[in-house]
Amino acid sequence: MTLWFVFALMTAAAMFAVLLPLGLRGRSHVAGTETAVYKDQLAEIDRDAAASLIGAAEAEAARVEISRRLLAASDRERGPPAQPSGRPRRAAAVLALLGLPALAIAVYLPLGSPRLPDFPLAARMAAPNEAQPVERLVAQVEQHLQEKPTDARGWSVLAPVLAKLGRYDDAVRAYRNAITYGGENADWHADLGEMLVAAAGGVITDEAKAEFDRALALDANETKAGYFRGAAAEQDGRKEDAAAIWRGMLDKAPPDAPWRSFVQAALARVGGAVAPALSDGTMAAAKDMSEGDRATMIRGMVERLATRLKQNGDDVDGWLRLVRAYVVMGDREKAKEAVADARQAVANDAERLKQLNEGLRNIGLDG
Amino acid sequence: MIAESGHYAMVLALALALIQSTVPLLGARLSDPALMNIARSTALAQLLFVAFSFAALVTLHVTSDFSVANVFENSHSLKPLIYKVTGVWGNHEGSMLLWVSILALFGGLVAAFGGNLPRSLRARVLAVQAWVASAFYLFILGTSNPFLRLPNPPIEGRDLNPVLQDIGLAVHPPMLYLGYVGFSISFSFAIAALLEGRIDAAWARWVRPWTLIAWIFLTLGIAMGSYWAYYELGWGGWWFWDPVENASLMPWLAGTALLHSALVMEKREALKVWTILLSILTFSLSLLGTFLVRSGVLTSVHAFATDPTRGVFILLILCVFIGGSLMLFAWRASALKQGGLFAPISREGALVLNNLFLTTACATVFIGTLYPLGLEVLTGAKISVGAPFFNLTFAPLFLLVMIALPFGPMLGWKRGDLLGAAQRLLAAGVVALFAVAIAWAWTSGGAALAPLAIGLAVFVIAGALTDLAERIALFRAPFGVAMRRMRGLPRSIWGTAFAHAGIGIALIGIVCETTWNTEYLGTMKAGDAANVAGYELRLEGLFQEQGPNYRETTAPFTVYGGGQRIAVMRPSKRSFTTRGGMSTTEAALLTRGASQLYISLGDATPDGGIAVRIYHKPMVLLIWLGPVLMAFGGMLSLSDRRLRVGAPKPAKALRGLQPAE
Repeated sequence: MTLWFVFALMTAAAMFAVLLPLGLRGRSHVAGTETAVYKDQLAEIDRDAAASLIGAAEAEAARVEISRRLLAASDRERGPPAQPSGRPRRAAAVLALLGLPALAIAVYLPLGSPRLPDFPLAARMAAPNEAQPVERLVAQVEQHLQEKPTDARGWSVLAPVLAKLGRYDDAVRAYRNAITYGGENADWHADLGEMLVAAAGGVITDEAKAEFDRALALDANETKAGYFRGAAAEQDGRKEDAAAIWRGMLDKAPPDAPWRSFVQAALARVGGAVAPALSDGTMAAAKDMSEGDRATMIRGMVERLATRLKQNGDDVDGWLRLVRAYVVMGDREKAKEAVADARQAVANDAERLKQLNEGLRNIGLDG
Repeated sequence: MIAESGHYAMVLALALALIQSTVPLLGARLSDPALMNIARSTALAQLLFVAFSFAALVTLHVTSDFSVANVFENSHSLKPLIYKVTGVWGNHEGSMLLWVSILALFGGLVAAFGGNLPRSLRARVLAVQAWVASAFYLFILGTSNPFLRLPNPPIEGRDLNPVLQDIGLAVHPPMLYLGYVGFSISFSFAIAALLEGRIDAAWARWVRPWTLIAWIFLTLGIAMGSYWAYYELGWGGWWFWDPVENASLMPWLAGTALLHSALVMEKREALKVWTILLSILTFSLSLLGTFLVRSGVLTSVHAFATDPTRGVFILLILCVFIGGSLMLFAWRASALKQGGLFAPISREGALVLNNLFLTTACATVFIGTLYPLGLEVLTGAKISVGAPFFNLTFAPLFLLVMIALPFGPMLGWKRGDLLGAAQRLLAAGVVALFAVAIAWAWTSGGAALAPLAIGLAVFVIAGALTDLAERIALFRAPFGVAMRRMRGLPRSIWGTAFAHAGIGIALIGIVCETTWNTEYLGTMKAGDAANVAGYELRLEGLFQEQGPNYRETTAPFTVYGGGQRIAVMRPSKRSFTTRGGMSTTEAALLTRGASQLYISLGDATPDGGIAVRIYHKPMVLLIWLGPVLMAFGGMLSLSDRRLRVGAPKPAKALRGLQPAE
């Protein structure tokens, strides 16, 4: 829309350029005449002669010649000025007002692409959907791994990139391959578990739990696995156990561990006491508050989803998301309610019901 | 939005040019001042829109907007900023846009500063200017539109031809175009005069400065292009008689002739018809040059366009404008009043002689350039007319011009005294003979003609100095008086002297470079040394470096002269991955006085050596210093804002009172 506005302005400016002289009809612009040139030349001769740049004789000869030309020119100029009529002017005005825009549009439309915005490179690079180059790189690495699947290091490099791109299932496969070809490794097991959780939409499935247990068996201090075991307890509704696990981690951890505040926040969520005297009281309060804000926001989103599903209950995926959200938030009562509502909403549709039951089994809430 | 509004601005410029090419003519016929003044406002508005359009294309190139086909095909996001800008006219579409932008600029200048022109003349001049502009807008929009878009923009461009990624591209084409297109003004004035049926004094006052401006830019543009070819192409040559070079030389020769005949016309109101014809021819040759380069008729570095529709379109423009204007000339020229009379031996006579020689020289270049093309079209035979042809035809003509050159400014207007001029040039002739003798003694055994040519060049330079000395009465009057007269001398006299001396200086450079050039060709390895013209050049090794969008192999040479280390020269070879590994040679130049050492690299050999070409080029810089002096002389003359009247010398004038002009 802005583009057409700019076009209109430009067209108006062009029309104005044609119409302006027609508007100034009374004012006769001063234009040069031949006699003026000759008069200038005579003055020039006088100046040169005065500065003795040319001799008196040459000056006289030049004066004679110029005067001769001057006389001839002034004879020519004495003709009467023609009286202009209005018709051609009106024709010119019509040409400017109708012909000019018509021609401009007629030429521009077949050639131009007015719908196409600009694509300056800098803006394209900054745009979030501009992941093309990364994806191209990933494709290259994947192709390499297809030819040489035993490259454990390749899989371990690829997996986090896949995770970042949101391709969790592929990331799971990548970590599995890394473990298969690169040997047992606590970090990889913990990462694999995390990917399983991500793939299940935040629910810590049995499969994931097994991976975390494996990681802790290899390295009892593996932080990520430790945290997720606590989270699993929280999702099962065993808040006390969760708090105990996390408190144990904090006790064993060095005071400057980067994940400390994260676990403390989780501990605060399940109502456990924050480890004493390590951080400033106000700081902790602020953290709590921002955590609280975040929780409020998530709750708002979940509530909106619930309202929507009440109005239109056909969306099986929506129901599953809602149930999963309640499980993640640790609210088992609400989750059960949602399951009941969902079953009621899709009861008439066997296909959807089957889908729903399968989804619930994955979450770990069947029955 | 930038791309589309730039595109639309060009369409509006076309619409305005069409109005400008018709309505003012009607106004001039009806003597309607308002309709005539439309020429002025539309010319200015047209300049505004084209300038906007050009600025839009520059912006698109700078921001690497690859949704524009032109940017995608000729730019690359990693290219340094300066080449992103110069790349705008480093391709066919962009260079045509530059062409019309300059055309609109000149039209705008006439509109803005033409207040002292008679109104009907101004209206007709601008209308003719708009004919040319309309034709080229249609050409651009129809066959070479720089604003066409790609719906799915690629992420990276194809990059500019590496040979063009050089600072020379920033200067050479704009200069050349200012020259080519500048002649459109004298063309428009000539056609307008033919339409009016008369030439008045204002006409003459206007044509010379505009021709001079165009000529200055063309001179500098050609010199710049020649220097660019010299250091970028890696062959050490500075003029190849390549059709594209000839295409720029022809308007220069015709323009030089026009400049001199416009002088006669301004001062003496003679040679009117001839000046008009030259104006038409000069611009026709400019158009021909554009056609040769742009149509892809020629295959060389310059012809980056190869598309038959374009060729046909430009050929059409060429036929309409050249044919049409010459027809108009044949029809109307007889209506023009003949001007002042003059004796054969006079300043006017000398200028006619100059015109005769220059146009003949131009004709030989024309034949040498177009005959092979014509032959190929008719018989399919491919022949190449190269340096030998031009050395046999063009060179003798130009030598004659140079012999006659010092006499011209010595002769008086209307009727001159050849014997007197010869006497005054005696000193210059003696100096020239000395120069011949010295050159001969210095180089005994070299080419026999070279010392003579140097003598001729010295004669031209000494002649220009003699002219100055005569005018200020250097040895006849007391020194103080001479100095005072020197200060009072009009700048156009200085301009003439500089321009004429510039030709002599360029000739010295040409003769020295072609005759006493030494070269070394060979394959060198690290630690090897070559001896060229008393210098020892030692190759230090080969190094790989990474530039912004290329990889380069540099080969530093340490230069020793007289047992002392003088400098390090770094020739290199660049390989551009974006153009499939296309490579360019970056020659290294070392200037010693007016002479230069020149190293360029060839291909690397498998055993770690590299092919090297080393030249020593004596006095080579004078080749370009000459044109620069000529252009400087032109600028001096241009800055001389006086009106010019050629005062004829009365029959019994005293020798001591030479006319200042």
